[in-house]
Amino acid sequence: MLNKEEAQRLIEEVLAAYPPDAAADRAKHLTVVEEATGEGSCGITANRKSQPGVMTIRGCAYAGSKGVVWGPVKDMIHISHGPVGCGQYSRAGRRNYYVGHTGVNAFGTMNFTSDFQEKDVVFGGDKKLAKLLDEANALFPLNKGISIQSECPVGLIGDDIEAVAKQKGAEMGKPVVPVRCEGFRGVSQSLGHHIANDTIRDFILDRQESTANEAGPYDVAILGDYNIGGDAWASRILLEEMGLRVVAQWSGDGTLAEMERTPQVRLNLLHCYRSMNYISRHMEAKYGIPWMEYNFFGPTRIADSLRRIAARFDSRIQEGAEAVIARHQPMVDAITHHFRPRLEGKRVMLYVGGLRPRHVIGAYEDLGMQVVGTGYEFGHNDDYERTNEDLSNTTLIYDDASGYELEKFVERVRPDLVGSGIKEKYVFQKMGIPFRQMHSWDYSGPYHGYDGYAIFARDMDMTINNPCWKMMTPPWR
Amino acid sequence: MSQCAATIVPCYPLFQQPEYRELLKAKSAEFEARVPQEKIDETFQWTTSEAYRKLNFQREALTINPAKACQPLGAVLCALGFRGTLPYVHGSQGCTAYFRTYFNRHFKEPVACVSDSMTEDSAVFGGQKNLFAGLQNAKALYEPEMIAVSSTCMAEVIGDDLNAFITNAKKEGRIPVDFPTPYAHTPSFIGSHLTGWDNMLEGILRYFTLNSMADKTAGSSGRINLVAGFDGYLGNFRLLKRMMREMGVEATLLSDPEAVLDTPADGRYRMYAGGTPPEEVQQAPNAIDTLFLQPWGIEKSRKFVKETWNHAATQVDAPYGLAATDRLLMTVSQLTGRPVPASLELERGRLVDMMADSHAWLHGRRFSVYGDPDFVMGMARFLMELGAEPLHLLCHNATKRWGKAMEQMLAASPFGKGAEVHFGRDLWHLRSLLFEKKPDFLIGNSYGKFIQRDTLHKGKEHEVPLIRIGFPIFDRHHLHRHSTLGYEGAMYLLTTLVNAVLERLDDETRSMGETDYNYDLIR
Ligand code: SF4
Ligand code: SF4
Repeated sequence: MLNKEEAQRLIEEVLAAYPPDAAADRAKHLTVVEEATGEGSCGITANRKSQPGVMTIRGCAYAGSKGVVWGPVKDMIHISHGPVGCGQYSRAGRRNYYVGHTGVNAFGTMNFTSDFQEKDVVFGGDKKLAKLLDEANALFPLNKGISIQSECPVGLIGDDIEAVAKQKGAEMGKPVVPVRCEGFRGVSQSLGHHIANDTIRDFILDRQESTANEAGPYDVAILGDYNIGGDAWASRILLEEMGLRVVAQWSGDGTLAEMERTPQVRLNLLHCYRSMNYISRHMEAKYGIPWMEYNFFGPTRIADSLRRIAARFDSRIQEGAEAVIARHQPMVDAITHHFRPRLEGKRVMLYVGGLRPRHVIGAYEDLGMQVVGTGYEFGHNDDYERTNEDLSNTTLIYDDASGYELEKFVERVRPDLVGSGIKEKYVFQKMGIPFRQMHSWDYSGPYHGYDGYAIFARDMDMTINNPCWKMMTPPWR
Repeated sequence: MSQCAATIVPCYPLFQQPEYRELLKAKSAEFEARVPQEKIDETFQWTTSEAYRKLNFQREALTINPAKACQPLGAVLCALGFRGTLPYVHGSQGCTAYFRTYFNRHFKEPVACVSDSMTEDSAVFGGQKNLFAGLQNAKALYEPEMIAVSSTCMAEVIGDDLNAFITNAKKEGRIPVDFPTPYAHTPSFIGSHLTGWDNMLEGILRYFTLNSMADKTAGSSGRINLVAGFDGYLGNFRLLKRMMREMGVEATLLSDPEAVLDTPADGRYRMYAGGTPPEEVQQAPNAIDTLFLQPWGIEKSRKFVKETWNHAATQVDAPYGLAATDRLLMTVSQLTGRPVPASLELERGRLVDMMADSHAWLHGRRFSVYGDPDFVMGMARFLMELGAEPLHLLCHNATKRWGKAMEQMLAASPFGKGAEVHFGRDLWHLRSLLFEKKPDFLIGNSYGKFIQRDTLHKGKEHEVPLIRIGFPIFDRHHLHRHSTLGYEGAMYLLTTLVNAVLERLDDETRSMGETDYNYDLIR
């Protein structure tokens, strides 16, 4: 592993390839943390515009809203409003699992779009929008509401999607939600999360103060879990087992009804802080609902989270939490016992979004592995602050890393595993570095909860210890 | 607790375990305000009805499950086919992340492509500053031989002028004046990914030849230019080169991404590999002719080649199946004076032999096909050559003119009589069509799997199995390495089709004590 000086030198070398302006900017996004200091934000600058032309990995606000926050709400129709591309590329690409009758009462893997043509850009798309909302409602009468996810052109041609949404919402008696998540807003997916949160606040929570439901003493909601590969289900099962009643999932396998009843819960449990801290804060301010972050990756963090969650409730729940931990301990031990010897000491570099650059560190450590580099595609300073607590060795930190930086860092550090996205996957595989997609769980999962830990361990093992990595050089070389 | 260290299971079958089944049931019963099951069933049945089909076809504004993508995606693929070329997309950055991802998932390969990350302020002031910095950064970091610029709909809506911006960037010294920077405006609200491919090619041809035509004479090099177009099958590029080699014809593929999209795993990442050399593009006007193998997908480049290069751009059909490949070879032969060699005649004979071997399983089978216009037309033609019957032929990104040409083609064959042609329709339309008239199989890209599931939900007897041929294919591995064109491609298509028929027959007849007959060892 590189020590602090070596890592610093590596950063300087990498920066030397940039033209001066870009180098000066990128310098603020790269750093080395020697050990957990427990405070500060690793001295890093985050949530700034990407440098043009450097091959940022980031996406856009539409991806943050339609792709992350809104898209998984399964019983609503989400319209990709604008030209055909965005909706097509993001269709069914995140494995936000849900159960339902797709095309009848659930719509998650479908792609609804206004497929803008030149005339829509020239004359405006509002008429088309009004008409397509009627068509959608007629063809899918069991939808619970419709969201309008704006793509770039919508915000540039002066359309008034709010007016259309208001009128159609009134006619249909359902929420019709205009979301201004045009891709040019903000600097990454992140603003899209925020915009989506705000529209849920304005058009779902404020729409009706639902008091119809009996609020129970143990009601909680899971926020910021998108049920990738079934993550939220593997989490829910633990919360229920300890005695809590999970009344809502935001937004993986989520429904309108669940969102609507969330203002009555006792506690909001927030997994992906980045994408849903806004609505958590709002519910705290408006309804007095406390929220807390938790981490369901790896047994150490899971047990710690279960206890911290239980501490917010009475002894019944606390005992429940202990019982859950105790019941799973033999399985956890068996998994760790089986995989740890195969993974001990392996070094990992991560580059992901949301919460994962810090949240999965504990899970790797449970398997005896070390995270030696990590970074966020679209983190803010508060993400980096939170990351410090999770670091336990000298770690290279990169914010909004470019393809070039990642390649150079990995080339030099030669970790035993890289965890990042599909755009990075094949670069590193060809370099002979074992790789796991850590957005989509590489088509596996769940990784949350105890059941997820087993799969996580299995997957890291199969990838690191697959024979293919040793076959790259022909025997005659 | 459903896991045990010896047998760790992922989502399926993990969530099949009783504790998860109960969890899901309870969630939906208590919290989802789920519509009663009878209502769901009733509504589902309605969505498969005649009445629903009519309502569905009345749609004017809403597109559901499109079968096309947007222009810059095509531009990126086209640019990747030139040596040392970095595709550069001017506009907001999210699109580029999507284009890369889309190709990564299909080709299972890295795709280098940059964006200049325009944001709200660029929407107000224009994206010239982004382009300046973007070109400078991209060239410094990735050292390409050429940067091919296209645009997202954001840049197009605000009216950014690529030519002026690039010229200014060079004037400002951001990149050298002689550094190749072809460009194409690729507004996503016009046409589809095919239009973008065409526009980018035209941009590249223009850049390298427009001002150097004085010393060019069509025919002087004795070569042939081939334009494969937007094609997700790497084998097709290789096949075209091989066929030309065997004919002894020197050919230039205008855009050839087969190497860069199929680099080896040997410890090194290559951002650039293979591709059409810029020098060959410069000399391309000297060729005898330029043949466009996706005539329905390419217009602008063809026009440029005719007007600027003085090429005839002789009409050919996309070489799917036997006759279209015959015609392509004869055309090349006529143009070059080179006879079709024995090796290709042998290959042809082998294809016909396979057709004879398999005809009994394909004759009269009904296939519905969707995809890009030349693919659908070519596939329909090949199906009829096999004695199979195309049923629904649907193309989202085709015009009325294509529809007419299709009707004509179908009318000329007894196997085309029952076919229906649909253009400008999406996959939700297709779903209705398949409930109305059931084909034996559906041919298309991975998105078709949702239609298969819908038809199965109505009952096994309504299920239309999907045969994955097209772009993108995300849920099966490595099919994109095959070829679908020429005799070789026809062999792959035929093998795929006939085995799909046989697999399905096994699937339907392996119920012991019930359908033991026809579950045969010999076929
Ligand atoms: S914003 Fe426009 S160019 Fe970008 S992906 Fe969407 S449709 Fe295509
Ligand atoms: S965890 Fe990652 S991929 Fe998931 S939402 Fe949060 S940001 Fe996005």
